[in-house]
Amino acid sequence: MHFTVGDFVLDLAQNSVEADARAIEVAIDEGADGLRVRVADDGRGMSASERDRALDPLANSGAKHPGRKVGFGLPFIQQAVELAGGTFSLESVLGRGTEVRFFFPSNSVDSPPLGDVGQLFSALISLAGNAEMRLRRTRSRDGLKYEITKSELEAAVGDLGSAASLALVRQFLASQEEG
Amino acid sequence: MAKMTLDQLRALRAKKQEELERRNVEGKDIQVIVGMGTCGIAAGAKLTFDAIVAALEKHNIASRVVVRQTGCMGLCYVEPTVEVVMPDMPPVIYGKMTSEFAEELVVKHLVEHSLLDNHIFDRPAVDIVKH
Repeated sequence: MHFTVGDFVLDLAQNSVEADARAIEVAIDEGADGLRVRVADDGRGMSASERDRALDPLANSGAKHPGRKVGFGLPFIQQAVELAGGTFSLESVLGRGTEVRFFFPSNSVDSPPLGDVGQLFSALISLAGNAEMRLRRTRSRDGLKYEITKSELEAAVGDLGSAASLALVRQFLASQEEG
Repeated sequence: MAKMTLDQLRALRAKKQEELERRNVEGKDIQVIVGMGTCGIAAGAKLTFDAIVAALEKHNIASRVVVRQTGCMGLCYVEPTVEVVMPDMPPVIYGKMTSEFAEELVVKHLVEHSLLDNHIFDRPAVDIVKH
């Protein structure tokens, strides 16, 4: 099971990459009542029956990994949300894309910690593939709000695969989190 | 050796080309690939990724290195996994690479060209080899 909410988000974004998404949007909104997360992509999407199977940890199609019978990404999130008394939704249209939303209430001891958002965002922009990535972030406690895209970062530091560029991006994103 | 067909020749050339590209990605000759599937993330791959980038900066080798992420490498039992591909070294998949080993990886493998004996698990799993 994942430790932080950021781990869940990275897992979802990796799914989007593997679904050949060209645009991925991640929004993390930290409010007084809890944490809202949205991960949406324009990847290949799922039919209604595929969507249901994606939520069953023991019903993997084996398409991504031959012989693999399990798929824990989405079930992990659903379980964590249920434990914490939050909400979870997974909507997908075949050929159009997929959107996952979930909410962890702040008054539940079972809500996982958010984790380091700067670290999460830098991991997101260096995921494989050429998908554009739009990252939105708000935090009500101190009014923090910013939005950044992968292409903006790429234009600023050059190739995002380079460890040198990534270190710069990491620094930049950490500074955004300071508000 | 059996006679090679033109198709095999083309396949061989493509493979060599791929190897060449692997060695030299825009002037950077070292690739570090972190497994970021569900299994990797659950074992702390995100922290490992971050620690590797920091260690590369610290040891002044970042400009030579491309850091990538991939899905599950098929070695879920020893996550986090990190593959290193660089000239004059065999390609290696290291397992159990939690963030505290990031610096050792950078110093030993990338700088000193020696292996982290206790973390070697595989070369790329057949799972992720593209056909």
